[in-house]
Order: sequence, then C-alpha cells, then structure tokens
Amino acid sequence: MTGRDGSPEPVVSLRGAELAYDGKALWRGLTFDVRPGEFLAVLGPNGSGKTSLLRVLLGRQPLTAGSVTVLGGPPHNGSKRIGYVPQHKTLPAVTALRARDLVRLGLDGHRWGPRPASAATRSRVNELLEVVGATVYADVPLGSLSGGELQCVRIAQALATDPRILLCDEPLLSLDLHHQRSVTALVDRRRRSAGTAVVFVTHEINPVLSMVDRVLYLARGGFRIGPPDEVMTSASLSRLYGTRVDVVRVRDRIVVAGAPDESTVHNHAGGPDNDRPDGGGPSNGAPP
Amino acid sequence: MTGSVRPGGCSVGRVLADGEHDIGILGQIFGFDHYGELLALAQDALLAGALLGLVGGLAGVFVVMRDLPFAVHGISELSFAGASAALFLGMNIVAGSIVGSLVAAGTIGALGVRARDRNAVIGIIMPFGLGLGVLFLSLYKGRAANKFGVLTGQIVAVATPQTAWLVGTSAVVLVVLAIMWRPLTFASADPEVAAARGVPVRALSLAFMLVLGLAVALCVQIVGALLVLSLLVTPAAAAARLTASPVVLPLLSVTFALVSMEGGLLLALGSTLPVSPYVTTISFAIYLGCRLAGARRTAGA
Repeated sequence: MTGRDGSPEPVVSLRGAELAYDGKALWRGLTFDVRPGEFLAVLGPNGSGKTSLLRVLLGRQPLTAGSVTVLGGPPHNGSKRIGYVPQHKTLPAVTALRARDLVRLGLDGHRWGPRPASAATRSRVNELLEVVGATVYADVPLGSLSGGELQCVRIAQALATDPRILLCDEPLLSLDLHHQRSVTALVDRRRRSAGTAVVFVTHEINPVLSMVDRVLYLARGGFRIGPPDEVMTSASLSRLYGTRVDVVRVRDRIVVAGAPDESTVHNHAGGPDNDRPDGGGPSNGAPP
Repeated sequence: MTGSVRPGGCSVGRVLADGEHDIGILGQIFGFDHYGELLALAQDALLAGALLGLVGGLAGVFVVMRDLPFAVHGISELSFAGASAALFLGMNIVAGSIVGSLVAAGTIGALGVRARDRNAVIGIIMPFGLGLGVLFLSLYKGRAANKFGVLTGQIVAVATPQTAWLVGTSAVVLVVLAIMWRPLTFASADPEVAAARGVPVRALSLAFMLVLGLAVALCVQIVGALLVLSLLVTPAAAAARLTASPVVLPLLSVTFALVSMEGGLLLALGSTLPVSPYVTTISFAIYLGCRLAGARRTAGA
C-alpha cells in the first residue's frame, strides 16, 4: 500500500524530525511523507508524542531537530487548509452554542468584529451539517448532544474550510462502537471524495483498521511506519519496544499483548503492562 | 477634586424623605410621593443604569461561558479597595475602583490560566483586597453613609463628572467586546480548535479579564462590591436557561440586566432604601422564572 509513490506531491513531509522536552526525546529521526487522500493512523502508548506530532503539524510546536513541511511550506498556525478534530470532551451544559454555531465557528470564528451570518455562511453551515448527518440536531445545544453527535459536529466544523489535511486527535475516545463507526466512516468518505489526507491519532487501531493505508507507531523514542500488516506484527513491535510483544490477528481485529505503556516503562524498566491485553486500548469494544 | 465627586451613600429618595417619620417598613420599601419630581432628578442615574445593564448583560454571557463568577467576586473586592482608597484620599471614586479592578483582573488573568490555579489566585487576593478596603474606610473620616455605599451600592445622586466616567468606560467595554466577540466565543467554547485555527486564545483570555475588570468597576458604582454578581452573572445565567442561540442569549441577558437595573432604580427612587436590594431581588426573581421555564421546556421536549 505504500505504492502511492509517483502520485501527487506529499502534503506532509518530515525529515529526521525530533521533538524533545527537557532533553528527553519523544521521538527522533522521524522521516515520512503523507500523500493526498492517504489515511495514516498514528499509534503508540500514552506519552509517546502522538498529540505533540499533531501540534507540530499545526505549527503550534517547533521541532527540536530535523525539518517538517506542510502543504509545501513550514507549518503555520491557523492554516485554513488544515482541519482539526480534537478529543471528545464533554462540554459544560451552559455552553451557549448549538451544533450549527460550532460549525459556523469553523468558518469564521477567527475573524474580528461583529458580523451577522450571511446567507452564504448559513447555507454552507447547513450543507456541512447535512454531510455529517447532523441536520436533525442542528439546533440542539452542544451540552445536550451525545458524544457521538458532538464528534460528528466537530468533523463538520473541521471540514468547514474545505481542508486538504484532516488532523484527528483520538476522536473516538469514549465513543461506543456504533458512534466509532459513524465517525470513522465520515472521515473515510471525506478523504475518498476530496482527496483530503488524514492523520488519525488513536489508541486503538481496530475501529479504523479497514481504512488505514499506513500506520505510524511511536514508542520509546523510536517509530515504525508502513502498512498495518508490516507494522502490526510481533517482530516489528517487539523490536520497537525492546521487549517481547505479541500481536495476534483475530478475524478482522488486531490484538496486541504485552506492549508496555510509556508510564510503566519508566517505573518497571519495560515490564509488561498488567491487565491490558490489547496494549492500551481503553475501549476495545466487543468483537463483532 | 473632592468637590467634583459626590459619593452619595443615600438616594435622592432618602434625601427628600428626611424629616418624615413613622412611615412603616412597607412605606420605606415602596414609596411614590413626589415621584414625578424624583424622576426628573434621577435622569443621570437612569442613564447610568441603562449602560450598566448593557455592559453587565453582555459581559455576563462570557462570565457564564468561561466559568468566571468567582473571578467577578474577587475583582469586585479589589475594586472596593480602590474605591475606598480614593474615598479616603479624596480622589475620584470611579477612577479608584477602576484601578483596583484592573490590578485584580490583570493578576488573575496573568497568574490563573488554568481554572484550578485561577481559583487559588482569586482566593488569595480577595481577602487582601477586602482588608485594604476596610483599612481605608476605617481611616476615612467622612460620612458613614459613604462607606456603606461602596460595599452595597450608591450614587443615585450621580454627579456629572461621574456620569462622564461611567459613559466613557462603558463605551470602551462595549467596543472591545464587539471587536472580540466571535474569536472570544470560539476560544471560550472550544479553546483547542480555536488555537488550531489561529485564534490568540491566551491573549483573548487576558483581554477579557481586563474588560471584565472595567465592567466590574462600573457595576460596583451602583450595586456595590458585594452585589456585583447580580448584574454580571445572574442575567446571563438566566438567559442560558432559556436558549443556546448565540444571538438570542445576549439579547435576553441584556434585557434581564436592564429590567433589573432600571426596575430597581425606579422602585428605589421613592423609597428610603438603597438601590441594590431592588436590583438583586428583581434579578433573582428573573432567574427563578427562567429556571422554571427552562425546566418545563426541557421536560416538554
């Protein structure tokens, strides 16, 4: 599946990228490209720098070494050509916005000065809500939406400026299986219809396994990148973690056993994570 | 300087009612003798009230959205300290309360980025502000009513220079709020995505604290340091019970604040009591009504 070489210019390109905090490298030597329409899943234990990678691509965090190019130039904060979907967080019930207002903020929320919504803005918002199937709850206050509904609205918001890259930071966290499916289906449809590249940070590969082109697995300062069949193997992850990790394929699911979490790496010098047979997925979901 | 500012701890009504005796509690609370003449005298106060309603109702929207009621309370205590210092030194009270407010708002904004830190910062500066205020009021040798007024509300007898201060400060608050309304909404509701879209989230947070400082200093003038929340929190919280529309909510909030403020002024006019209990009671009643209506709406939906 890496055979997308020869296709258009990469939208994201890292060369020998390193990010270190207080002298400790989260990752180093990171070199890869993301091409238009590609679905890249970013996996790894807590603290392995997955979210920081997104912050680098958003231009909110400079590298400590190496180089990064986003859409042909250095990343800059606030680019309209990048859509960003954050982790699901319950909003306070008093948040004085409805679903449609959150989507509109994605269009013009960064502009100064008062201005009522133009007819064009309103119709664009309606269009986006329809794309994600949120028309029925367009006027529901954000505090009353379910987690899955809110994430769909967030995707509509991220798509508002018609981005060429979609950065998703664990958008499935705390969603049930049904909503995980609808959110991933939306993201997948978008990259197929518009050629938007997707960088999808996740704890859990199974909900997106059928869609991902390549996996970037970050752990212990190193990384593996390639198609899931190459990266998600016992040999590959054992080498990355420096300890024995078993990867088992059960029907269309991947189960990782023995991958230490980053926090336990420090405490127990690489001892296996106790009762986490799937290697760190908090919501593994029931097998189909 | 002292001559230009008259911190009237008593209302026009009380001035005129001096000399009347045995009017009973109800007579003290509601009185409409000489109402027409009083109304003419109270024009400045009504104008100030309208401005405060506008400022309180609009700033309140973000106070509720950003969970800042405790900050409002903390700022108002330093505003009180500033006003007391000004009273003691014979300087402009409005300017004193604005300086106190801005110092508090700047400190809270700069030190308390995260909610937990912020509450600790507020809890630390608040008693300090109150202590300073008590100190200056104890040193002050003027009329006792003036002292009471700084805490619980005053200035129905607004002198013209004070009105000018109120109008000027309100204008600043309203203009700055209008300019940053949308990015501030974005940053308040959804700080991560707003930052990703290039909204200066931190700078806006500090800017709003300063605007809030000005708004608090204004409200302190009429309802007093202890009761500022009734203008800066209650109307917006009441409105949020009824709607989540970003257009309707501020309009409702301003309407509630205006009704509380002007209703309170008009009722207090003929009575012998200060304005604040009227304002706070109306404001609270509106909130209760909205809560009931909101509960019914949710149940019916």
